[in-house]
Amino acid sequence: MAEKHLKIELATPNSKQSIEPALSCSAPGVVGRFQILPNHTAFISELAVGEIKIVLPEKTRYFATSGGFLEVVDNKVLLLLETAEPAESIDVARANQARERASERLHGKGASLDVPRAEAALARALNRLKVAERASP
Amino acid sequence: MATLREIRQRIRGIKSTQQITRAMKMVSAAKMRRAQERMFNARPYAGKIKELVEHLVLSSEGVQLPLLQERPVRRLSLIVITADRGLCGSFNSNIIKKALGEFKVHKEMEISLLCIGRKGFDFFRKRNYTIARNYVNIFNALEVSHANDIAGYAIEQFTGDKTDAVRIIYNQFKSVAQQALVVEDLLPLKIHPPEAPVSAEEYRRSIDYLYEPSKETLLKALLPRHIRMQIWRALLESEASEQAARMMAMENATANASELIEALTLEFNKARQASITKEILEIVGGAEALKKASA
Repeated sequence: MAEKHLKIELATPNSKQSIEPALSCSAPGVVGRFQILPNHTAFISELAVGEIKIVLPEKTRYFATSGGFLEVVDNKVLLLLETAEPAESIDVARANQARERASERLHGKGASLDVPRAEAALARALNRLKVAERASP
Repeated sequence: MATLREIRQRIRGIKSTQQITRAMKMVSAAKMRRAQERMFNARPYAGKIKELVEHLVLSSEGVQLPLLQERPVRRLSLIVITADRGLCGSFNSNIIKKALGEFKVHKEMEISLLCIGRKGFDFFRKRNYTIARNYVNIFNALEVSHANDIAGYAIEQFTGDKTDAVRIIYNQFKSVAQQALVVEDLLPLKIHPPEAPVSAEEYRRSIDYLYEPSKETLLKALLPRHIRMQIWRALLESEASEQAARMMAMENATANASELIEALTLEFNKARQASITKEILEIVGGAEALKKASA
């Protein structure tokens, strides 16, 4: 029997929610963005900073994530994310501040600068801003 | 016997103490509920990460990863989770006792301490133990980043060959009335195949997954997260236990105050009655004397 829907479970260290029935789910894998459709084979992947898109029959939901893991078994998609912010609840002002702080740190080039960390912070801020745009029609 | 005024004053004092303990009980109850909720919210994530780790480790035989490496334990890192505040019964002293026990049992080992919570930190600092790191006053606003920080340090110590094992001591939340003291090995990570495999578990293991990137890369990314979640869970459990312990302690204190007030009220009434009787006797005695004198 070919199933037509996915059951999506989204868990972070602070919360858990189920989203169903979904038609598809796309996520930022560390080696490239991919999409999960119903009847996908069993699959485990690591996720990078990026946008998670979940297509429901009525609407599409977007989440900003800072990385995590994804597992697919039997049309159940399990998303284990460090953070997951729905597009509509992203604080744009805060994300902008974070972006400015991070880019200042990168351009400041202090001796004690932790470059990978600043870059990661910048990537997260940019991602949040990008995903936030999805909320405003 | 105490005078009436003294007894009245004591009763008043105890009543105000009782008000405080009652208020503290309410506050702890509210805080405990919040902590409990966070604990329940963290469970699915922690559980799934654990499942994934187990699945990956067990299905890829003989993986060699730094965090799984077992070596003879000469140096031990102890993570001791106490509360920041007191007035919670034997919550802190039990943890400290257990930690001291570890020192006694493992005399031959070099033990370094990681104190989380002010109470444990103060205790060990006063007694001149070497404290490698401390996290004080984090329970007011507990965040995942605290756990990440602690885990990062533990992992760094372990992989940097500065310690041979990391152990964690904390109070586990069993129920509102019960906390269980637990000592868990955090590092090296030991994954045992489940003794009686649940059917669903077994089923999962038999699935042929696609991995992206490779299994080993996945594990490398998963293991530190698993450790972080273990610590995060321990912190949340400890927080919930602390509030539960304080709630019980304050409830007992309130009940004891009620008992004291009852006893003192009885004493007060007796004293009052005695003084009334004494006065009547005096009056009667005086009247008798007058009668005799006039007769």
